[in-house]
Amino acid sequence: MSPAALQIVPKVAEAEAEAPAKRKPVRFRGRSFMALVLSPEQPVVEWLAELDELTARSPGFFGGRPVILDVSALKLSPRTLAAFLGDLEQRGVKLIGVEGCDPKFLDGPNAKLAMPIGGRAAGEIAAPEAQAANATSLVIDHTVRSGQAVSFQGDVTICGSVASGAEIVAGGSIHVYGALRGRAIAGSAGNPKARIFCSRLDAELLAIDGVYMTTDELDPALRGKPARAFIEHETLKVSALD
Amino acid sequence: MAEVLVVTSGKGGVGKTTSTAALGAALAQTGQSVCVVDFDVGLRNLDLVMGAERRVVYDLINVVQGDANLNQALIRDKRIDTLSLLPASQTRDKDALTAEGVERVINELKGRFDWIICDSPAGIERGAYFAMRHADLAVIVTNPEVSSVRDSDRIIGLLDSKTEKAERGETMEKLLLLTRYDPVRAERGDMLKVDDVLEILSIGLLGIIPESPEVLKASNLGSPVTLANPISAPARAYADAARRLRGETIQMTVPSDRKGFFGNLFGRRAAA
Repeated sequence: MSPAALQIVPKVAEAEAEAPAKRKPVRFRGRSFMALVLSPEQPVVEWLAELDELTARSPGFFGGRPVILDVSALKLSPRTLAAFLGDLEQRGVKLIGVEGCDPKFLDGPNAKLAMPIGGRAAGEIAAPEAQAANATSLVIDHTVRSGQAVSFQGDVTICGSVASGAEIVAGGSIHVYGALRGRAIAGSAGNPKARIFCSRLDAELLAIDGVYMTTDELDPALRGKPARAFIEHETLKVSALD
Repeated sequence: MAEVLVVTSGKGGVGKTTSTAALGAALAQTGQSVCVVDFDVGLRNLDLVMGAERRVVYDLINVVQGDANLNQALIRDKRIDTLSLLPASQTRDKDALTAEGVERVINELKGRFDWIICDSPAGIERGAYFAMRHADLAVIVTNPEVSSVRDSDRIIGLLDSKTEKAERGETMEKLLLLTRYDPVRAERGDMLKVDDVLEILSIGLLGIIPESPEVLKASNLGSPVTLANPISAPARAYADAARRLRGETIQMTVPSDRKGFFGNLFGRRAAA
């Protein structure tokens, strides 16, 4: 190796040492997101009525979900499209994009909804099941087994245990007269006043109004004890139930 | 009246096939006529454990699809003549099972035997579904460890929703068969105790089969452990379980191979 080459070495080392502070490499990562795709059908008026009925049954269905509107089944003019988008906005549907029409149709505030790329179809998302309009509480008289899921818009009371791997989703509060070993998600439609009560706390996950906690974060002293969970100052608190 | 029993677990490798063979043989030894049916299509094992692998001509799939009749497919055990085997197919897969075909085979078996014991494959897919579909009674084979217990819980949920009995609005009776149990290790806290498992699953207890080298030895001999070595600890535990299935009340013990020590007595009544 020539002496000249040897001299270069320390310079390179210096440059490397300084580089991380000044310049960070730009990194790219791919990530895919799941969006709900709404595909309205003709006649639009009837379709909207159907949508109203669905949201009446499950008020939280669209809450916070990104929605893409596929209007390819509709023959809309720019003007009727704008009116239709207004109708959906009124119903609390948060659109992040519109596909299936000429992007030129989307102007003004709606221009940002034009989709630069196409998506790939995923599976069908089941519409929430119909529940009796006056149903405010659901009582289950048996143990909820692993793999079973209970979903209800009101309060859920379980006279039995909730096994590891089971899931209870309630719009209101959850009461478990037994061991809670699975997941309990209360206030699912956006209700910070919902609570979770159980006679033995060993839950995999507790959530109220979207704030969640895994058992790892739980005070070990509460494990296996009667306990309640509630929201206070936007954080999930768990305390002994005495 | 014939009783259809499914031996299931969700998790693999916990002892379903061993237990099917041992319980079937033990029931047959009490004079009952028994047919053990292998539902693990594609991964058949029951024929090996029963020592009948060289006698399989027709199998469950042939009968389900109407290519053979039951008389051609049933293999009568050489040791106990009240015990028969309906083997699974090794070359087909579970998609070859049809709802109508399975129902027809089970009904036909019901007319011939006192007990039909269906050996369920692991998992919760098609094979397991058909094995449990027509059952009157389920034996849940569980090892004293958390993953096996959770999978058993999952299967219990399916037994309560996907079976014919559940669809008629009746309750399926479910009994726990705790296998590979070691009282010493459970006491040390290395494995779940009997009470822990019963508390989580909240079902009746059919029996506790102690961990024993005799079980593997019997499998490799191609003989149900209750026939291979009837005085061994697991064989005695299976024999007790079989008698409980017949409605006898027998005190729950964990038999042991150590001489002069007949296991810990549990102050618990068995599920009758």
